[in-house]
Amino acid sequence: MTETSDITSRQAKLSQIVEDLLKEAKKQGASAAEAGISKDSGLSVNVRMGDVETIEHTRDQGLGISVYFGKRKGSASTSDLSPGAIRDTVKAACNIARYTNENECTGLADAELMASEIPDLDLHHPWNITAEEAIEQGIRCESAARQLDKHITNSDGASVNSHNGLQVYGNSHGFIGGYPSSRHSISCAVIGKEGDTMQRDYWYTASRIADEMESAETVGTKAGERTLARLGARKLSTREAPIIFQAEVAVGLLRSLISAIRGGALYRKASFLLDHLGEQIFPDFVRIHENPLLARGLGSAPFDGEGVATTAKDIVRDGVLQTYILDSYSARKLDMRITGNAGGVRNLAIEPGSLDLAGLCQEMGEGLLVTEMMGHGINMVTGDYSRGASGFWVSNGEIQYPVEEITIASNLKQMFEQLVTVGMDEERRGSTRTGSWLIENMTIAGD
Amino acid sequence: MPNHLDIAHATLLEPASLKEHDLDQVMDQLLANQIDAADVYFQAGRLESWVLEEGIIREGSYNVEQGVGVRAISGEKTGFAYSDEIELPALLEAAKTARAIARSGQQGKIRITRQPNKQGLYEPINPLATLSEEDKVILLRHLDEEARKQDPRVQQVTVSLVAAHDVVLVAASDGTLNADVRPLVRCNVHVIVEENGRREQGSSGGGARQAFQFFLDEERALGYAREAVRQALVNLEAQPAPAGAIPVVLGSGWPGVLLHEAVGHGLEGDFNRKGTSAFTGRIGERVAAAGCTVVDDGTLAGRRGSLNIDDEGTPTQQTVLIENGILKGYMQDKHNAHLMGTSSTGNGRRESYAHLPMPRMTNTYMLPGEHEPEEIIASVNNGLYAVNFGGGQVDITSGKFVFSASEAYLIENGKVTIPVKGATLIGNGPDVLTRVSMIGNDLELDSGVGTCGKEGQSVPVGVGQPTLKVDELTVGGTSA
Repeated sequence: MTETSDITSRQAKLSQIVEDLLKEAKKQGASAAEAGISKDSGLSVNVRMGDVETIEHTRDQGLGISVYFGKRKGSASTSDLSPGAIRDTVKAACNIARYTNENECTGLADAELMASEIPDLDLHHPWNITAEEAIEQGIRCESAARQLDKHITNSDGASVNSHNGLQVYGNSHGFIGGYPSSRHSISCAVIGKEGDTMQRDYWYTASRIADEMESAETVGTKAGERTLARLGARKLSTREAPIIFQAEVAVGLLRSLISAIRGGALYRKASFLLDHLGEQIFPDFVRIHENPLLARGLGSAPFDGEGVATTAKDIVRDGVLQTYILDSYSARKLDMRITGNAGGVRNLAIEPGSLDLAGLCQEMGEGLLVTEMMGHGINMVTGDYSRGASGFWVSNGEIQYPVEEITIASNLKQMFEQLVTVGMDEERRGSTRTGSWLIENMTIAGD
Repeated sequence: MPNHLDIAHATLLEPASLKEHDLDQVMDQLLANQIDAADVYFQAGRLESWVLEEGIIREGSYNVEQGVGVRAISGEKTGFAYSDEIELPALLEAAKTARAIARSGQQGKIRITRQPNKQGLYEPINPLATLSEEDKVILLRHLDEEARKQDPRVQQVTVSLVAAHDVVLVAASDGTLNADVRPLVRCNVHVIVEENGRREQGSSGGGARQAFQFFLDEERALGYAREAVRQALVNLEAQPAPAGAIPVVLGSGWPGVLLHEAVGHGLEGDFNRKGTSAFTGRIGERVAAAGCTVVDDGTLAGRRGSLNIDDEGTPTQQTVLIENGILKGYMQDKHNAHLMGTSSTGNGRRESYAHLPMPRMTNTYMLPGEHEPEEIIASVNNGLYAVNFGGGQVDITSGKFVFSASEAYLIENGKVTIPVKGATLIGNGPDVLTRVSMIGNDLELDSGVGTCGKEGQSVPVGVGQPTLKVDELTVGGTSA
C-alpha cells in the first residue's frame, strides 16, 4: 500500500512542518525549541459470534512543541496541523512559558548528545489487508476458539488490527529525524460456562510484521484453551506460599523495576529503590538488559524523545543495579549522565534460565502459579505490593486446579531479592521480554 | 448568556462554513444504504494543565483536540470513521467509509431538528479563562506552602491544576441535533513525608464542572493540601495489614468505588446484551441486602460525572440499578437499548470524536440508610476500617473485582485502633452487596476525582456511598 518513495515524501512533509514550527518559535522569541509530530493510520475490525461487529478506520495525527525562554519552559499540542493552528500552538506554548519558573535543569538535551546517524531498524512492514480479509481472519480466529469445546458458550469476539505510523522529531540544535513503523495484532476473548459460573480469557499476537504473527487459528485456540482451564476455579485459604508469575504477568514486575529507577521517581524521592545504584537488588544470576536498536523490535527506536542516540546497556548485572533511567531533566537534577531514555525503556529483557513452565512447577513443588493480575495495588514509594490474582494451585510439581478471588502480597524489594529462577518460556509479544519468575514466598489472602 | 447550541455552532460549524442543512446532506449520505441509525459527533476540546514540583512551576501545557466522528449502524454492525478536519469534504468521506459496513438497500431521508439543552447542570463557560494565569500560579504556590507548613516531615509536594473545555455537537438519524458545552476543572496535591528513613505518600484532590472559583470557595484546595499531608503522616505509622476474610467497614464518599467496580460495570447494557456479564439475565433477582439502593445519576449539578446530554445527545437521568436489594435495570446507550428493545438511559459516552460511544457510568452511588457511622464501627469485634482508596478493576464475566485501600485502620473490640498499610480488597460482585449488614446515614459523594477506563477509553465519573459494613471481604495484607 505504501511505497518507499511515498514514505520518503510524507516524512519530508512532516519534517518541513517541524522546521516551520521551530522557526515560528524562534520568531516568537524562544531561545530554544523542540517539536514532535506523528501520523498514524489503521484498520481495526472486531467480529463477534461469527459476524462483523465494528469496522474502524483510524487516522490520528498530533503535534507537540516545547519552547524555552532561557530556563523557562512551555508546552502545547494540537491535532490540527493547519498553518494557522501551528502558529496558535506555538503562541500557546510561549504564553505558558511566561508563567513557569526559571529552572537550572530545564532545556534541550546537550547538543553533543544528539544522534549523529539514524540507523534503519526495519520497523515498517505494512500489511496489505482489506477490511473483508480482516473480517475473514477474525471469524476464523473466533471460530477456532468457539469450536474447541461445548463449554465455550459465548464470546467477546476477535479483533484484527493493522497500524502504520510515521513520526518526526526535531529541535533547535539542528537535530531532525524520523522513521516509519508498523504494528499489527490479532486477539480473541471467549467465555466458558460451567454450572452457574462463567470465565473469560484471551490471547493475542502482535508484531511489526504480519507474517511473524501467530496464525488467527492459533490465537483462537489458545484463547479457548485458557478459558477452559479457568472453569471450576476455587478460592484458597489464607496462607504463605511460593509463587510463579507466568511470563505475561512477570512482564509487570520488570516494568515496576523500571518505574522505580526512573529519574523522575528518584529526584522526587518517590521510589523504593532510591540510593540503590551499585547495590545488589537481585540474586547474582540476574541480568537485565535494554536493546533499543533491535531490528524489527516492538520497542525499538533509533533516538529517544529528545533526539539523543539510544544505546544498548545492562540495567542489572550479577544482580547489581547498573544504571538509572534518565532523560536530560532528571539527569541534571541528579547530577548524572543522561542515559538516552526520554520516553522510556526500549526492548527490555531479562536473561532466560533453563527451565520451561512445567520445569518451574516441578522446581516449586507446591505453590501458586499466577496467570492474571487485577488492580493497581503497588506503592512505588514503599514497594508494598498487594494485588488480586487468579491462576492455578500447584502441588507435587503439577497443576492441580484453577484458583481465583485471592490476593498476593509482599514488598517488591523483597520479591526481587527472593527471585529463585527465571524460566525459558519467554513472553516476546511486547517491548518487555521475560520468562516466568519463581519467587520464594508471598502471602496469599483468601477465605 | 448564550446557550449550548449557539456556542457549539459558533465553535464547530461556523469556522468550517458548515450549515445545518449540510448536516442533513451528511446524514443522507450515511443513510443512502440499509443503515438503521447513524450519527455525527463534532468536538472541540481545549485542555490546560500546570504542574508545581519542588516549589517551582515546572511545567505547563495547552492542548487542542478537535475533529468529527461519523458512525453508521446496521443491525449489530457498526462502521466508524473520523477526521481531525472539520470540513464538508472530510465529513462526506468519513460518512462514506462508515456506511460501507451495510449491504445495499433502500434509501432513507431524515431531517434533523434542534433540541434545546434544557438540563442546565452547569454553565456553558470556558473554565480556562475563569482565572488569570497569574492567579493560577498563585494558587499552586499557596497549596505548596500550605502542605509544607503542616509538618516539618513533608519532603516533596507536587501540585497539579487542570482545566478542560469541551464543546460537542451531535446530529443523529433519529432527528437529534443537540449540543453541550462542558467545563471541567481538577486539582491534586501529592506529598511525600519522611521520618527516620521511612518515606510514605499521601494524595488528595477534587474537581467539578465549574469555574476555578470552585477551588477557592470554602478553602477547598487548601483542604486538599492539608488532607494529603494528614494521609501521608497516618501512613508513617502504618503496620502490616491483615490477610484473610474479615468484616470490613468502608467509609463514606470515595470508597463508593466499590459500587463502581462490584456492580456498576456489570450493569452496563453492552455486556448484558452480549450475555457476558455475571449479572446477565438477573433483573428482578436479589443481588444485594435489603436496604441497598444503588443509582447512576448524571443529573447532579456541577459534578465531575454529570452531563447535560450524553455523547449521543440523550439527556442524562437518574437510573435505579438496584432497589432495596433487587436488580432493577441496566445503563444503556442507543445502540444497545435498541437491540435489547428498550430506551437509552443517557449513558452513551465516548472519550472523544475518535472513539465509539458505549454504555458508561456517570455518578454511581448508594442511597443512605439509618445507622450512625459510630454505631457501625462499634458493631465490629475484629475488622478493617478502610476510608481512602486508589483505583479498582473488575472481571465482568467472573464478577471478581478488586479495589485498593490507601488509608485503613484495624477495628478491635468496636474501636478504630492502629493504621495499617494499603492493601487490595477482593470480592465477587454479584454477592458482595448481599453481605452488607449495616448502611450509614452519612451519604457522601467523592470530591470529584474519578476517571473510569473501559476498552481503552477514559471518561470522568463520580462515586459515592454512606458508611457501609460488609460482613466478610478478603483483605490482601501480608499479616496472615
